[in-house]
Amino acid sequence: MARFKKHRQSGRRSPLAAAALIGIGLLITGGVYAGASAAVAATSETEPAASTLTVEDGQKLFQANCATCHGLDLQGTDAGPSLYGVGELAVHFQVSTGRMPLQAQAPQAPQKPVQFTDEQIEALASYVQAVAPGPAYPASEVLDGEGDLAAGAELFRINCAMCHNVAGAGGALTEGKYAPNLHHTTALNMYAAMVTGPQNMPVFNDMNLTLEDKRDIISALLWMQENPSPGGYALGSLGPVAEGLFIWIFGIGTLIAVTVWITAKSN
Amino acid sequence: MAHDVDPLEHERASWKPSSGLAVEVSDPAVNPGLPPHRERITDKDPAAMQRAVRTVYTLFYLSVAASIWAVVAYMVFPLDGTLAAVHNNSMFVGLGIAFALLAIGIGAIHWSKAVMSDKEYIEPRHATRGRDSTREGAIAVFEAANEESGFGRRAMIRNSLIAAVVASVIPGITLFRGLAPEGEDPVELLEHTMWKKGMRLALDPTGRPIKASEVTLGSAFHVIPEELAKLSHHEGYLEEKAKAIVLLMRLPQEDLIEAEDRKSWSYDGIVAYSKVCTHVGCPVALYEQLTHHLLCPCHQSQFDVADGAKVIFGPAARPLPQLPITVDDEGYLVAQSDFTEPVGPSFWERH
Repeated sequence: MARFKKHRQSGRRSPLAAAALIGIGLLITGGVYAGASAAVAATSETEPAASTLTVEDGQKLFQANCATCHGLDLQGTDAGPSLYGVGELAVHFQVSTGRMPLQAQAPQAPQKPVQFTDEQIEALASYVQAVAPGPAYPASEVLDGEGDLAAGAELFRINCAMCHNVAGAGGALTEGKYAPNLHHTTALNMYAAMVTGPQNMPVFNDMNLTLEDKRDIISALLWMQENPSPGGYALGSLGPVAEGLFIWIFGIGTLIAVTVWITAKSN
Repeated sequence: MAHDVDPLEHERASWKPSSGLAVEVSDPAVNPGLPPHRERITDKDPAAMQRAVRTVYTLFYLSVAASIWAVVAYMVFPLDGTLAAVHNNSMFVGLGIAFALLAIGIGAIHWSKAVMSDKEYIEPRHATRGRDSTREGAIAVFEAANEESGFGRRAMIRNSLIAAVVASVIPGITLFRGLAPEGEDPVELLEHTMWKKGMRLALDPTGRPIKASEVTLGSAFHVIPEELAKLSHHEGYLEEKAKAIVLLMRLPQEDLIEAEDRKSWSYDGIVAYSKVCTHVGCPVALYEQLTHHLLCPCHQSQFDVADGAKVIFGPAARPLPQLPITVDDEGYLVAQSDFTEPVGPSFWERH
């Protein structure tokens, strides 16, 4: 065994050690990042529920958390737009996804951990709706996910997929803006996004996509969230770029490792 | 392995430095030869050999087990019509087959590297240059063939053969020509779309006509000509759609910068632009309602919808063609005419 030890390269100096170290480093970085972004993207399941907080509570919350930018009377300031006519739906969308309160003046408000409880969001929304009404919550049947899946998927491909990706994985826009992925978006927030057109998303009013159309699109998206990809690991559903990168790095990398092993002399 | 003659003998001459060289190499590099043979651990230690043998047959038996697993998995994860079943079935059957084949390969390589005989041989490459006699023989064969066939002498036969070979390519060219539209001028087809004066703008894919009042501020409508929805695929639905698709947007009137001759092309802040990118024809539809920028997803060309869809970034060469629109008596949006320029990327007759 002594001779065996002499020939063997000690673990740290092995030529595989550097590769293994880089691999482990990449795995840890990727894992931590994936975990962190999943935690950030996670939005709480908020269905409009019977609120125990009143409009007056909403007004206090608004004055404490929103009025600096949006003005004490929703009139807007230099730092933020007026909220006349945005309605409870937009308030609920912006606050329940953590986009508001705004993190920083940047190309786009990112999703982040939600700052308020469901009741507080509800109270804020009722206050804004009471002062200057706008789009309201839809009938629960629009969000039930029982619509026509095929029709919904076709409408999604025509109206939404160019930005949000055909699998709802999101995508880049110009100058740091992006269309977010729809993997964890709630039915109500999908509806709210179509009706209110948050940030750079165009508005899809009921004459463009009827309530029935919206119900179909929401159903198709919910179905995509619940069903796995039949083709195996989806690599983020980003298409040829992610798949090509994976096969070039890991596929060809493995092939090179195997060739080195085949041609190396046995110890 | 026995080599009676030096296989490189007839090539040695070409290794001498040419007489044109000014410097004679007095100390050429000496061939160090192969390093001394090093015995493998499996040659020196019978226990190691035993381990290697065990590894090899374990791999082969694992391969058997994986093959059986693939068959079992096919039955355990049946295809019952759901996507989850397809996912499980292909994954587990695939894993079994992949491992079965991989284990055979790894086992075979390990067998040859660690267990099979480890003697070293030197087998020189054969020379690149043929022996002079071989080369002369080859020339003689060609000359004899030319003499006996009369290829060089009988010019009529040779030239007719060359003509026949050239002619045999012509049917291919004809077939390729057949891929282009027949009986129609391709340039004419590229320059015109289905839009005509008075044709209503309709929703994709239903073909429901759009009223100007329905297009609220910040909206983006994906539009086709109303008549297109009635076309079947046999009547060229996709060909017509590929040219006629339009994106309809409503901007605040004060944001619109319009050329003097195009002021009548929009209606109350509603503008319609071709959705076919002027670079290589991808559908441009990533509309940002606050910046009024349109982004092409293929090569990141950006168009400013507020300013005549002019190119503000990327490889596109021209602004997106604008569809002149107005409203009819019933309030529906209609085209004033076809596009006034060809849509989509450049072609030979359009620069």
